Amino acid sequence: MASLVLGRLLLGAVTLLVASLLVFAGTQALPGDVTTAILGNEATPETRAALVERLGLDHPIHVQYFEWAGRFLRGDLGLSLVNDVPVSRLLDLRLKNTFILALATIIVVVPLSLFLGLLCAAYPNGRLDSSISVVSLFLISLPEFLVGIILVLLFAVYWSVLPATSISGFRSFEHLVRALVLPVLTLTFAILAHMVRMTRAAMLEVMRAPYIEMALLKGASRSRIVLRHALPNALGPIINVIALNLGYLISGVVVVEVIFAYPGLGKLLVEAIGNRDLPLLQAVALIMVAAYIVFTLLADIVARLSNPRLRFKQ
Amino acid sequence: MSAGEATAQAIPRPRRLPPPLACIGLAIVAIGLIMALLGPFLARHGAGELISERPFPAASWALPFGGDHLGRDVLSRLLHAAPVTIGLALGATTVGFVIGLTVGFFTAEVRGRTDTMITWILDILVSFPPKLIALIAIAGLGSSLPILIATLGFVHAPRVARVARAVAMNISAMDFVEAARARGESVLAVMVREIWPSARRPMAVEFGLRVTFSILVLSSLSFLGLGVQPPMTDWGSMVRENMSGIFLGTPAALIPALAIGILTVGINLVIDWIGGSSGRRLTEELSR
Repeated sequence: MASLVLGRLLLGAVTLLVASLLVFAGTQALPGDVTTAILGNEATPETRAALVERLGLDHPIHVQYFEWAGRFLRGDLGLSLVNDVPVSRLLDLRLKNTFILALATIIVVVPLSLFLGLLCAAYPNGRLDSSISVVSLFLISLPEFLVGIILVLLFAVYWSVLPATSISGFRSFEHLVRALVLPVLTLTFAILAHMVRMTRAAMLEVMRAPYIEMALLKGASRSRIVLRHALPNALGPIINVIALNLGYLISGVVVVEVIFAYPGLGKLLVEAIGNRDLPLLQAVALIMVAAYIVFTLLADIVARLSNPRLRFKQ
Repeated sequence: MSAGEATAQAIPRPRRLPPPLACIGLAIVAIGLIMALLGPFLARHGAGELISERPFPAASWALPFGGDHLGRDVLSRLLHAAPVTIGLALGATTVGFVIGLTVGFFTAEVRGRTDTMITWILDILVSFPPKLIALIAIAGLGSSLPILIATLGFVHAPRVARVARAVAMNISAMDFVEAARARGESVLAVMVREIWPSARRPMAVEFGLRVTFSILVLSSLSFLGLGVQPPMTDWGSMVRENMSGIFLGTPAALIPALAIGILTVGINLVIDWIGGSSGRRLTEELSR
């Protein structure tokens, strides 16, 4: 069992390494017209050369990678090219904002999806289950911006009860909450269906077991069967589902933050790409990719530990 | 066995329509394909033609869906953009699908150490977040049609390969495949003539899932301004252009977003019907 966890951790480490190579290759290895992007078309060859030297763009590629990775590991994320602010300072606030958004979404979506998933599993193929199944098929297929636009049209334009953008947001707690409602709702729609369906599937898997039939025959109530008999054994897969969707949340925030002009990591990433701000782009991309990998890894380990058959598989 | 077959053939089975939701899905997919093939010919106005002086003119008989931020006809632009959105998604999916299918079948057929190696590499590739990888690739390589297709193909290929491997593993353990191997058929021949015919149905479902995913990711990229670049337009970039109109309450951004949503829902309804078993496959295996 320990070897299994170690194996997954090793795989995770290799994945992170490959991810850092990809991020590096995708950005720094192809300088393109970074100098033009920063200095504009009018720049003299001298200023260009100075910039190339300052960024270390003249070193061989593999040296650049190790320099970059080394600095990154020491926590030195460099200066943002656009306004010479340390990347870490830009990250600080944005990271916090995205964390708040993700946390608020989790607080809403986890209990809700658990409740609906358990309800579906308690009455499988009943009227409620079938309608949730159809609705979730629709919800899963929709792009986030469609949900976002409809919410903005309804709540911000027609009823004007909530702000459509978050820019003016965070002066007070009340502002923060009002600014969070629509982004959180959009993200909730994006992952709720998936989580409900997977929770239901995990529960039904357990409820096929003979001991559930036994409980049924001895006359235990349905709620007792679901909550006391089945749920504890389905917890592992359910935690797996939650961790997987946390990973999804990381890339889901990009579009949602742009729709609502929410000052978080995702929006920062898009801005960095637009400005070709390499140090910023690398830092944000690597943080997001790493978080995603860690969550999927966690999901995988939990799934394996909670399933004896996987645990002892050779 | 022959008697059963004979009666089954003798009495024509009543022709049943697909379930209602699947019919809706088929109709949506058919309309989507027609728009992709004929859209630009059906459009009344050119893609860049200015119909109105003002931004966001209201819907009327002349402009059924209203106008966009430059006063162009939304319906005409929707028709002009359809081949881009749908063609690009189909192209990217096909690239990833063909590569993934080949790798998956190959590794399932050769097994052994090669299989272990390839599976390990696939595990690593699958654990990258697809949308972020696409964003990073575009940040570095710029956004052009070949880059978009290659990036999405790269995202799809390992995921398709894992499904193809799992499907092929079951088939390649069967006797008729064993017989083909005993005849001395080559790996390629076994893959093409023995495994593929039995794998068509599950792989068709996988293809549909991947097309939906392509449409959603490409539209998201265009929505972020990192996908299809002007003067070319797809539905995602139409949403982006007209976002400012949302606050005025105009539908110019809603229409293309709805078009994307209806199309992906339609495709998923068809897949759900082909894949059977009430959306289970879809919702549980839909990777984002």
